[in-house]
Amino acid sequence: MSSPVKPSAPPVKFWRDPAKRALLFQLVLLCAVAAFIAFIVNNTLNNLSTRGITTGFGFLDDPAGFAIAQSLIPYAETDTYGRTFVVGLLNTLLVSFLGIIGATLLGFVIGVARLSPNWLIARLASAYVELFRNIPLLLQMFFWYFAVLRTLPGPRDSLSLNDSVFLNVRGLYLPEPIPGSGFIWIWPALLLALVLAFWLVRFNHRRQDATGQRLPVWSISLGLVILLPGLTFLALGAPLEWNYPELRGFNFRGGMTIIPEFLALWLSLTVYTAAFIAEIVRSGIQAISHGQTEAAHALGIKDSLTLRLVIIPQALRVIIPPLTSQYLNLTKNSSLATAIGYPDLVSVFAGTTLNQTGQAIEVIAITMLVYLSISLAVSFFMNWFNSRMALVER
Amino acid sequence: MYKDTLTPERPAPVSRKGLTGWLRTNLFSGPLNSAVTLLGLYGLYLILVPIIDWALLSADWTGVSRDACTSGGACWVFITNRLQQFTYGFYPSDELWRINLTFVLFVAQLLWLALPRLPGKMWLGPFMVLVFPLIAWVLLYGGWFGLTEVPTHNWGGLTLTLILAVVGITAALPIGTLLALGRRSHMPIVRSLSVVFIEFWRGVPLITVLFMSSVMLPLFVPEELTLDKLVRAMIGIIFFQSAYMAEVVRGGLQAIPRGQYEAAAALGLNYWKMMVLIVLPQALKLMIPGIVNTFIALFKDTSLVLIIGLFDLLAIVQAGLADPNWLGYATEGYVFAGLVFWVFCYGMSKYSQYLERKLHTGHKKR
Repeated sequence: MSSPVKPSAPPVKFWRDPAKRALLFQLVLLCAVAAFIAFIVNNTLNNLSTRGITTGFGFLDDPAGFAIAQSLIPYAETDTYGRTFVVGLLNTLLVSFLGIIGATLLGFVIGVARLSPNWLIARLASAYVELFRNIPLLLQMFFWYFAVLRTLPGPRDSLSLNDSVFLNVRGLYLPEPIPGSGFIWIWPALLLALVLAFWLVRFNHRRQDATGQRLPVWSISLGLVILLPGLTFLALGAPLEWNYPELRGFNFRGGMTIIPEFLALWLSLTVYTAAFIAEIVRSGIQAISHGQTEAAHALGIKDSLTLRLVIIPQALRVIIPPLTSQYLNLTKNSSLATAIGYPDLVSVFAGTTLNQTGQAIEVIAITMLVYLSISLAVSFFMNWFNSRMALVER
Repeated sequence: MYKDTLTPERPAPVSRKGLTGWLRTNLFSGPLNSAVTLLGLYGLYLILVPIIDWALLSADWTGVSRDACTSGGACWVFITNRLQQFTYGFYPSDELWRINLTFVLFVAQLLWLALPRLPGKMWLGPFMVLVFPLIAWVLLYGGWFGLTEVPTHNWGGLTLTLILAVVGITAALPIGTLLALGRRSHMPIVRSLSVVFIEFWRGVPLITVLFMSSVMLPLFVPEELTLDKLVRAMIGIIFFQSAYMAEVVRGGLQAIPRGQYEAAAALGLNYWKMMVLIVLPQALKLMIPGIVNTFIALFKDTSLVLIIGLFDLLAIVQAGLADPNWLGYATEGYVFAGLVFWVFCYGMSKYSQYLERKLHTGHKKR
């Protein structure tokens, strides 16, 4: 018996064929992951039934029965867990938004200061960065909260500014603006001013293309945006009153109250993130080669325009992607609020609500999902924005 | 044009040398700059003088109770009295040599790896990742070889901070490398699983991960198995950290030119040989700053374990502040903890910069 001799090379064994091997490997991996998930789900179901924990999202309609120190929407103890979720989410978004604004402003100032030709200023800025970047955020938050804000005097001996702004251990008290009748007209005036300014910028572009001349468009727009609503305000007879905080008995009444937990969280997020943003700004500006400045000067463009038309647009390309990561970090870091008791999403929902209902899986899943959606939404937006801004090379 | 007079002599250029020259270029180059300098000096004076006075000049250093703090400055007595607790947590005093020994062994291995020209690095690396954790566990936890058992709830302070950070990074490095390779793989299922894993853990805050590991993980495992609180936190940290590490490694892999892969393939190397012998060593060198950054971030983030009730350095300082015998020394406590964290983080970042310069084998920009 002789087997027929094949003229070509023997057929490749299937485990030596990269394509088939890849297929097999993926199949095995998929089975392993599926088995792992099934194992976990099975365990969880067993554990839930032996411990008598109910499942499902019905708890969101139950009354919560706990108070929340700060809420942007009306909230009472009789409201549902669903509403505590919204209150927590809004508080998270509020502190993140204000933190992003604060950190961006401070970070840009420090970042530019690090490049200052003034030796002392540059050193001070880098000392700031090295100090605040290398200390845990939670520690900074504790410092602001327990060592600074908790040691402020009581309401009777508040630090006060002009007898209208008060700072004490219970928080910061500010006069609250109360719009009178007709105040509502300020908003259309502001909108009109913005539209006019926008139109002016476009007109200026067309005019520059046609004649080569530029208007001082920024000062005009700024004037428009301030003057138009301002004049409307005066024409309406200044319909705005202030509700000043006053000490009555043991506490302040009236005005706006900013709770110390918010102040500590906002301060620490701002100061910490600004150190990172400063480094991003510095590296962004340093990434632009000096030749660009020299070329602009050689063309006779003056300093301020060089900065605005040549340096900043190019630096922004380098700055924006890492800056977005910092914004995301700040938003995620705001979850540390739970350590000092600012009522953010994690503190209100993954803390109090979880403890009261015991429905760990649902609560943690919702919380993670919220942060995940924020992260993914921001990164989708950034990828889109980045692809629009990125340098198109041939 | 004709002039019959000499052009008047111009004044000599302003000196750019020496102390006055340096001051003129760097601090007083114009009226605005001078004003800013003076303002900065004044601000520095306002900040530094009270701090130095509080922390050094009128501070108390020795004593056993708060009665020793009389001079109105910082009360470092609080720190010196509790230094052992801050360092070792609630570890029994007689057994502290075990922590010290572990630490010495660890540092010795690190030095061996870090110093050039010492042999056997090929073996020490895997030993440190695979075998040393077991030795460390036996030493710290005990229960074997006649060592008394020290349950993990006695672990704390700086020791716990270091353990969490080191375990987090050593476990995250190999897992992260695998995930990064998976993300760049041509196999669609492998790739999507890696992407989902990485994006999920990167998209959520560490606090929710820790919450999850402390309340949900016990539900995930069979009922008979009870996981230690510390182990649960470690699992959470490792997952979280692997995702970040994967992105660092991916950056390193992307920086390797295609030609290197092609050359390896042309030599007939298979996938793993290509990766282990050609690509990863080069990528690793590029990744050092990224790895150190991740490590610094992790080191700072370990402080979050206080939220799930573990006593790391910050938590133990925080707990010390609540002691009725020592109320009112919050600033001293936080300044001390901040200083310790700062020294570690700043030291690591400086070391990584040094390493980056040393390993820079390409053409240096001048």
